[in-house]
Amino acid sequence: MQSLDQIFVTGKQWLLAFLPEALQPVGSILLVIAAIFGVFATLFAVTTILERKILGRIQNRFGPNRVGPFGFFQPAADGIKMLTKEDIVPRDADKIIHFLAPLALIIPVALALSVLPYGRNMVPVEFDAGLLFFFAVGASTELSVFMAGWSSRNKYSLVGAMRGIAQMISYEVPLVLSTVTVIMIVGSLSLVKIVEAQSGFLFGFLPSWHVFTPWGFAGFFLFMIAATAESNRSPFDLPEAESEIIAGYLTEYSGFKYALFFMGEYWGMFAISGLSVTLFLGGWNAPFPFLQFIPSYIWFFTKLVLIIFTFIWLRGTVPRLRLDQLMSFAWKFLLPLALTNIVVAAIWFFSRALQFPGALGLRWIFCAAILAVSYVWLGRGVAQAQRAKRVYQYAE
Amino acid sequence: MLGTGIIKGMVETARNFVGSYHDPERLTTVQYPEERLAPKENGRSFPFLVFDGNDQQAGLRCVACQICEKECPPQCIYINKSKDKKPDYVGKLQFYPATFDIDISVCMSCQICVEVCPFEAIKMDQVFELSTSDRFGKLLLHKPQLAKPNEYFHQLHPTDANEVDARLGEEKRKAEAKAAAAAAAAAAKLAAPKPAPDEPTKAT
Amino acid sequence: MNVAFILIAGLTLGSAIAAMSLRNLVHCALCTVITFAGLAAMYLQLNAQFVGFAQILVYVGAVAILILFAVLLTRNSENQPNTLLASPSWIIGILVAISVSGTIIYAVVKSTRLAQTLPPAPEATVQKIGEQLMTNYVLPLEIVALLLTAAMIGAVIIAMRDKNEKEDSGSKMITGNARERVSQPSTIHHPSSSQKTTR
Repeated sequence: MQSLDQIFVTGKQWLLAFLPEALQPVGSILLVIAAIFGVFATLFAVTTILERKILGRIQNRFGPNRVGPFGFFQPAADGIKMLTKEDIVPRDADKIIHFLAPLALIIPVALALSVLPYGRNMVPVEFDAGLLFFFAVGASTELSVFMAGWSSRNKYSLVGAMRGIAQMISYEVPLVLSTVTVIMIVGSLSLVKIVEAQSGFLFGFLPSWHVFTPWGFAGFFLFMIAATAESNRSPFDLPEAESEIIAGYLTEYSGFKYALFFMGEYWGMFAISGLSVTLFLGGWNAPFPFLQFIPSYIWFFTKLVLIIFTFIWLRGTVPRLRLDQLMSFAWKFLLPLALTNIVVAAIWFFSRALQFPGALGLRWIFCAAILAVSYVWLGRGVAQAQRAKRVYQYAE
Repeated sequence: MLGTGIIKGMVETARNFVGSYHDPERLTTVQYPEERLAPKENGRSFPFLVFDGNDQQAGLRCVACQICEKECPPQCIYINKSKDKKPDYVGKLQFYPATFDIDISVCMSCQICVEVCPFEAIKMDQVFELSTSDRFGKLLLHKPQLAKPNEYFHQLHPTDANEVDARLGEEKRKAEAKAAAAAAAAAAKLAAPKPAPDEPTKAT
Repeated sequence: MNVAFILIAGLTLGSAIAAMSLRNLVHCALCTVITFAGLAAMYLQLNAQFVGFAQILVYVGAVAILILFAVLLTRNSENQPNTLLASPSWIIGILVAISVSGTIIYAVVKSTRLAQTLPPAPEATVQKIGEQLMTNYVLPLEIVALLLTAAMIGAVIIAMRDKNEKEDSGSKMITGNARERVSQPSTIHHPSSSQKTTR
């Protein structure tokens, strides 16, 4: 079992042994890059078809089922279509920036994917400040949205880009604040250490993942909402709202550039889902002791696929938010709740010193009560604000 | 409480998702080339020309009056009137279309040609698998392609067709009766004055 | 190591020069972003991971967007005539700059302090930065943290007050709107101004 768990690590070492000593670092880097691109390009293809099939089933349709068995060769057909399409650049577009925008998305996202621990000893790049690196490169994807929207010389593109940037900046705050709790408890910015801190089992069978603590559950909840917004997915897909602004900042993109954008967005979703798995769902740890024989990377990708399924499920369920609802939700609900969660995490951390029997239950109840009260209270505020009659400043 | 609506919605979509797998009744999709929906009587795609009997040239109801050509909003009908005449269903001599073309790439299936036709000669078809690799030539339908027997019309729109047949039959009967009456009158006229001159001739 | 340094330095300097000399303000802003990223790469090359990542997070992620928004929200940013290069004050500026930097370089080179051997560079890991922040520099950290938290809560409160204000000054707002509406037709007569706003 150990050998199966480490099969990719030993495989890489075995392959590298064929290279001369001097080339081994370069070979190692290239192998890792090839692995990331290969795995996530495949996952992207599988996700597109699964998304269409699941959305179809949610709407009582079949979904694509013509190309290949059950339609599973649809991504290949889509890919061929994308690559053979004409690459149209608007005449008035800023051609250089229009060209660079998809690259400015795909490069940071690929970098973000490279710091996630995919399994035991399987981290492409191990940084002391891996989490910070992730957010640093994640923040620079906003630039690509701006570049795409501005360079297209299309008002829908520009409106989409502005919406995208406003949304990404707003939701980055709760996103980062919800991860601060994990950093506080683990005491490290290293993603590997965060995963290691979640190994082991409570009472011998309960996984000690962060999501099974009050602050961790709230943090996971906040993180997933903010992650949905960061990856521009429904119900936060205002930047690409088809019914309002055509395709937002993607309006003037076609062919291969559009495919790159599309892939970049999905990769961004994978990256942020992988980060939530790492931070809250125990990374590559098995959920039960008797399931530990299954290799670690399989656990990681199982959790990743489950989160992606949740994203798709959510997309099939909820309608799009309005811009003011989006903003008030981020600033009036998520942000105060994230700040409360930090306080709760601090209480949780310092009440570790309590050692009397039943202390764990008491801590649990106390922390959960604080969060529940603030959730209900803040939620009521949001609900009241939504029920109030909307005043249209210019439309009436 | 905030979020209960989303949970309700997620439960609903999950029920759809699972239900669509074990309950085929939920799926509304028809797997088109293999399965087909039965045609609806009021369905319509593009116009066709009705002819009676077996010979489409002889039985064509169209008399090339060109009303449909003038009324057609997208101007997709092209008619050339014939030089000679042929008898129509009542036996009256009428012009007929030397050419009758419909450009179905322009036609918008509005059925105005059918409404305005005084001769029940143009009706709406239900064929829809008309895709072709030649968007200019093969989407311009000519008279031989457009002309379809009355039985086909009966098959598509039975109610309408029966009504039309009844009316036309009535007209034909009236026309025949009229013709017979006229013939009788003519015969009577012919017969009546004839004896008169006959008689004098006889008398004389 | 050296090749990487030269490449990064060249990229940083080149984009900085481009940021100064390009005509299109958005291009300038984007070149500034490349300069920021180049500086971050420089920090990373010096093994200062934390500073490098913070540079990307703050400058590439946030400040760059701020600059871009500022550029977009100011008036017509494109097609400005390139008159700056020809002005005579430019030459004077160069002379002043050369003399000032020459003096500084001369002073630095001549200084006796430079002759001292440098102590080995300390390893600035995230952990050490954290320890320093929590021991020696805890007061500045706390002050900054308090300031930022206060600013954020203040921002939220400003956003929250929106509804109450509308209720209080509802009548005021209506008159304001009415005035706006009355004044709207006058803007129609200025096609130039409307063009600017619709760009």
